[in-house]
Amino acid sequence: MSHSVELQNIGMAFGQTRAVSNVSLVVRGGEFFSILGPSGCGKTTILRIIAGFLQPTEGKVLIGGRDMQGLGPDQRPTAMIFQSLALFPLMPVWENIAFGLEARGVAKAERRRKADELLKLVALEGYGERMPGELSGGQRQRVAIARALAVEPQVLLLDEPLSALDLKLRQHMRAELRSLQRRTGVTFIYITHDQSEALAMSDRVAVMSNGVLQQVGSPRELYDNPATAFVADFVGETNVIAGNVTSIDDGIVTIQSAHGTLRGRLGGGLIEGNSGKLYVRPEALKHDGSSGNRLEATIERIDFEGAFALVHGSLDDGMPLIASITSTELSNAPGVGARAVFSFKDVNAVVLPDG
Amino acid sequence: MAELFRRFGAGLSTIFLGLVAVWLAGLVLAPNIMMVDYALRPNLPPAEIGGPRDVYSLDNILYLANESVHRAIFFKTVWASALVAFVTLVVCYPLAYWLAQTASARQTGIVLLALTIPFWINEVLRTLAWYILLAFRGPLNALLLWLGVIDQPVRWYGDVGVLAGMTYAYILFMLFPIYNAIESLEKSQIEAARDLGASVWRTHLRVIIPHAKAGIATGCVFTFMLAAGSYVAPALLGAPGSRWFTEIIYNWFFEGGDWNRGAAYAMVLLVLCLTVVLITLKIARVNLTDVAK
Repeated sequence: MSHSVELQNIGMAFGQTRAVSNVSLVVRGGEFFSILGPSGCGKTTILRIIAGFLQPTEGKVLIGGRDMQGLGPDQRPTAMIFQSLALFPLMPVWENIAFGLEARGVAKAERRRKADELLKLVALEGYGERMPGELSGGQRQRVAIARALAVEPQVLLLDEPLSALDLKLRQHMRAELRSLQRRTGVTFIYITHDQSEALAMSDRVAVMSNGVLQQVGSPRELYDNPATAFVADFVGETNVIAGNVTSIDDGIVTIQSAHGTLRGRLGGGLIEGNSGKLYVRPEALKHDGSSGNRLEATIERIDFEGAFALVHGSLDDGMPLIASITSTELSNAPGVGARAVFSFKDVNAVVLPDG
Repeated sequence: MAELFRRFGAGLSTIFLGLVAVWLAGLVLAPNIMMVDYALRPNLPPAEIGGPRDVYSLDNILYLANESVHRAIFFKTVWASALVAFVTLVVCYPLAYWLAQTASARQTGIVLLALTIPFWINEVLRTLAWYILLAFRGPLNALLLWLGVIDQPVRWYGDVGVLAGMTYAYILFMLFPIYNAIESLEKSQIEAARDLGASVWRTHLRVIIPHAKAGIATGCVFTFMLAAGSYVAPALLGAPGSRWFTEIIYNWFFEGGDWNRGAAYAMVLLVLCLTVVLITLKIARVNLTDVAK
């Protein structure tokens, strides 16, 4: 089992700017863990702290239970894959891969053997003598992974390595990264601002905003039970309706909004009289009016996406509303310009405090 | 060429081309052809110029080959210039690395300014400053005596003085090409090397120096040529034992009155410099056009 990574109350300040505040989390050994957040949220800072490029101003990093205080990136059982990949352009592929072994004084023949073995692992057999500049984006990506794996790290740190690739290749590389992680059993910590990437690949995801950890959970938990308004908003599409809490009963919150009385699950510390926000996913909205919570909207446009369609409407006060319906339902859906009633079940919405 | 005419019109383009042609013919080709012409003719009294004895020969160059003192000074100039280039490289590389990768923008600005300001002063005056610093009863000896490093003043003039003066004079010619080269290196390359466990040495040897090779070669070539052709530093900071080949050329022209032999010596120096430049670039696999940039 690969090493776990534990962050204890990590804080990081650059001069007057606070990049990270009081982040504590545990990445289990052998897990595919993502840190998700918009750019500038401090996720790269966290990764560089784990790698040892930055010393945190507060808190501790434990890898495999061992305190990493004072150890540089060359002394930690981690390997990093940089956003730019940082392949050495003047070395052939095999020397790139074997560079970590060269630094450890491994003999040339052994380095070559190991490099070829890793090239096989990333499906690039016979590419050893090429120069990095002669490879495609996806191939370079795989060389970078092989180079990081060559030093047999316990933890692999990935800093948005797929962001430079086109969509098709990115989706392909996601699957490849995931299967590589399963085969090697190495702990992966993956940084991304792309929520679909994080949800698709990870065992668990940490969501960050403004240097503060918002929630850690499985992709499903984040999507279904967001702990904060930020997570509800950032992860996946959602509709937001503000209102006042009138009653809380058996985990179901009733709010009074400009669009009538609506009910949803209790998602956070709310009491009667608080103002709160109700979040409902587009796929939870049905246009049959069968459930108790009803919203009436004017249909503005319908975006056909293949398997499903996104219906964009606006509520009476101009608030946008998005519902997603399957393509098979499209034929009996209301047309553009029509008034339509959408409804959702109490359990499919969540109410969180303002903020 | 067609592009030039299209952009600036026939009149202006003709002027441009004419000026370039005058520059090349008058300031580059003509003096060099005249030098070769002088070098290959014997030194004759005015009455015999154009006479039966005024024929081309290699006598002047052979004279250098057979004159052991001049030959020794020639070879000494060659290796001493290489030494100057090497010492300048050793001084400049760490500084260039620090400026390009570690220093803040503010620090870089201050250091570059501090290094550039002395170059607003004429080279002769700058060398004269070293002449004062290195004097037998000058500030350097006084400081070292006061610190107790030496117990009697050192005669710096000579090889040490020339080396110090030249290293100082050519520092920017070495620094800027290397600085530019290292600055273009992505920081994550260095971080990646470190992350993979490479020592500082290995990172420089395998990642940074290969990347900066063109800059290093350019700096070395500049410095070598400037050092080999330098006159002021050896004349001011040298001693009789540290004569430079340029001083001998000077002597043939202005003391010996033998322009032909002086031209021959200058030609040999020029050929040597060209050879060294081309070999260095070949070794570093850099194009001449890259250096010119």
